[in-house]
Amino acid sequence: MEETKEINLREQKSLTATNDFFEERPQYEDSFDADRNVIVRLVAPQKKDAKPYKITGIDDVAAKNNWKAWIYLAPVLILLVVFLLYPLVNTIFIAFLEDYSSITGEFKSVTINNFGVIFGLTTYNGGKEINFVQYAIPNTFLIVILTVPLSTVIALLISVALNKLPFFQKFLQTVFFLPYVTNAIAIGMVFSVIFNQNGVFNFIFGLNPDEFKWIYGATRAAAFVPLCVYIIWSSLPFKILVFLSGLQGIDKQYYNAAKIDGASSGKILWRVTVPLMSPQILYIMVTSFIGAFKEYTSIVGLFNGPGTSNGDYSMYTIVYYVYDNLSTHTSFAAAAAVFLFVVILAFTGLQFMVSKKRVYY
Amino acid sequence: MNENNLKAILVEGLKTPTPESTQKKYIDFAQVKFTQKIVLSLEESGKTVDAIRRNQKIGNIFSTIILYLIIGALALFMIFPFYWMIITSLKFNDEIIASTQTFYPTIIMWSNYVYVFQSFDFTQYLGNTLVVAVFSTLGTLITTIIAAFAFGRLQFKGREALFMVFLMTMMIPGEMMVISNYITVASFGWTGTGQTRLDAYLAMIVPFWISVFYIYLLRQNIKQIPNELYLSSKVDGKSDWTFLWRVVVPLVAPTLISITILKFMGTWNSYVWPNLVTNSPEFRLISNGLRGSAFTDADTGRTSFGYQMAATVLVTVPLFLLFVFFRKYIMRGVGRAGIKG
Repeated sequence: MEETKEINLREQKSLTATNDFFEERPQYEDSFDADRNVIVRLVAPQKKDAKPYKITGIDDVAAKNNWKAWIYLAPVLILLVVFLLYPLVNTIFIAFLEDYSSITGEFKSVTINNFGVIFGLTTYNGGKEINFVQYAIPNTFLIVILTVPLSTVIALLISVALNKLPFFQKFLQTVFFLPYVTNAIAIGMVFSVIFNQNGVFNFIFGLNPDEFKWIYGATRAAAFVPLCVYIIWSSLPFKILVFLSGLQGIDKQYYNAAKIDGASSGKILWRVTVPLMSPQILYIMVTSFIGAFKEYTSIVGLFNGPGTSNGDYSMYTIVYYVYDNLSTHTSFAAAAAVFLFVVILAFTGLQFMVSKKRVYY
Repeated sequence: MNENNLKAILVEGLKTPTPESTQKKYIDFAQVKFTQKIVLSLEESGKTVDAIRRNQKIGNIFSTIILYLIIGALALFMIFPFYWMIITSLKFNDEIIASTQTFYPTIIMWSNYVYVFQSFDFTQYLGNTLVVAVFSTLGTLITTIIAAFAFGRLQFKGREALFMVFLMTMMIPGEMMVISNYITVASFGWTGTGQTRLDAYLAMIVPFWISVFYIYLLRQNIKQIPNELYLSSKVDGKSDWTFLWRVVVPLVAPTLISITILKFMGTWNSYVWPNLVTNSPEFRLISNGLRGSAFTDADTGRTSFGYQMAATVLVTVPLFLLFVFFRKYIMRGVGRAGIKG
C-alpha cells in the first residue's frame, strides 16, 4: 500500500501542475498501472483521513462474478472429490484395516499389521509374504537407479547434438519422437520378440540362444537387460522434446562469449548448457523418477506376467504388486500404495531441496 | 613501408603493451601508398589465418559428419523396433524362429493379418476403444474448459488456494486412487456380476472426466488472452458464458486439439483400469485384447509371433496416422506438458 500511495502522490503532483486551472475540483484522468494491472483513479478525499485515490479496473469488474465461478467449477469439484481426494484418504484408511473386503467393505480390525506383512516382518495366515521385499522393492529401485540417470544423460546428449545439426533437424527430431506415439503393450511385445532367445538380438551379437535367455526362462539379472533397454527407449522421446525446447530458448550470446574465452565444447556443455538447462533437467528428473517408480505396463508387455516363467514373481514391481493384490488382498495393496506414495513424496522433496542450490531460473 | 614492416608492427601491437610497444600499436595509414598491396597476415604456429580457417572448416565438416553418423545410428535404434514389428508380422513362423535371422521376409505372409482379423476380435476392441475415447474426451474437454475459464478469468475468494489443491493432486501417484476408485465404481453398480455394456463403458469413462493437468495447461493459455477482449465483451453486454464459448474457445482451439489428441492416445494405451473394471473380454479395450489374446499356432500350439506382431501393427497404425496428421499439436502439447493420457 505504501508503494501505491507514493506513485499516486507523484502523479498527483505532476497532474496538478498541468491542471492549475481546475484547482477547486481537480479532474484527473485514470491512469493505467501496468505493473499491477490496475487502473488508478485519483479522487478528491471525502473524509479527512481517506486515501486520495481509488483502485478500480478489471479485477473489480470480474469480482462481481464471485458466486458464478463456483457453478463453473462444480463439475470438476465433484469429480475431484469423488475420484481424487476421497480415494486418497480412503486408501490411506484401508492400509490400516485388517482384511478389508473390496466387495462388502467389511474389515476385522484397525491394525498396522498390513505394513508388517508386506515387509515380510509378520506372518499372514501362517505364511510370510516375501514377494514384496524380495522382488518388488529391489526391482523398483533398480529400475529407477538404472534407467533415470542413463536415459536423462543420453537424451541430453542427443538433444544437444540434434540442436547443432544444420540439415534434417526437423526430420530427425520427428524420428526421435516416434516412440512416444505408441502403445506401450504393443511395443513391449515387439521387444520381447526381439529379445526372444531365437530373436534378432542374440543373432546380431552372435550369442548362443540356449545360453542367453532374456525373456522366457531368463534369470532375473538377464531379464533386466531388455527391461531397461525398453524403458530407456520409450522414455527418450519425451525427454528429448523437453530438452530441445529448452535448448532453443538459450540465448546464442552465451555460446559466443564462451567461444571467445576459448572454452572447449565439453566445457561449454558442462558449464554453459547444463546450468542454463537446469529448470528442464529438474522437471525431467522429477517426472521420470515418478514414472520409473510406477513401472508396470512395460513388464506386462515384455513378460506377459510378473516373472520370466509361470509362477515366477522375480519381475514384480511395487505397482505390479498393488494391481495384483487389488481385489484379493485390498489391505496389502493399499499398504503398498501408501508406501509408494511416501517414497515418491520423499524423492520429489529431496530433488526440490537439491535443486534450490543447483537450478538457475 | 613494405609488407614485412607492417607485419612486424601488427604482431608487436598484439603483444601485451609495454611502454615501447604501445608507441607502435597502430599502423600509420598515412604512410601507406595506395598502390601498395597490403597483406595483413598473422602467424600462429607457422600457419596463416587462411590456413587456420581452412583447417577449422575441415574439422567442422568432419565433426558434423561424425555427429550425423552417431545421430543416424541412434535414430536407427529408435525405429528398429517398428521395422522389426512390421517385417515379423509378414514372416512365415518358421522363419521368425530360425537360427539365421533375415532382415526382410522371404515369403510375404499376408495371411497373418487375415488370421488376426478372424481370431483376434479387432473390430470389437476398436469399437469399445472408440466409444470410450470419444466420450471420455468430450467429458474432459467440457469440464476442463469451464474449470480453466473459472481459474483463469473469473475472480472468487480462495481461487489461488483451490488451484494449489488442484496442482498438489498431480503429485499423487494414480495407484493411490485406483484402489479406492475400484471400490467406488463397484458401489455405483458399474462392475461386478451382471455388468452390462453400458456399465462397463461408464466405469471406463466417468472417472477420467477430470484431468488436473489439462486444466492447468488450459488455464495458462486462457490467462494470455488480453483483458481488453473480456472488457469489450462486457461493454457489449455479453455474459461470461457467451464470452467463454464465442471468444475464449476459438482462441484456445490449438490447445484443445492437443488435449483431444493426447486424451485419445491415453485411452488407446490404457490397460490397467479397463482390465480391472470389466468382467468379460468383450467389453475391454485394444491393449487388453492385444495382451489377452493367445495367438497360438493351430499346428504347434506355440505362440505365433507372426500373428502377434500382425496384431501389434494393427494397434500401432492408427496411432501413427494420428501422429502423421497432428504431429504439430501432439509435439506442442507434449512439449508443454508431458503426461500421457
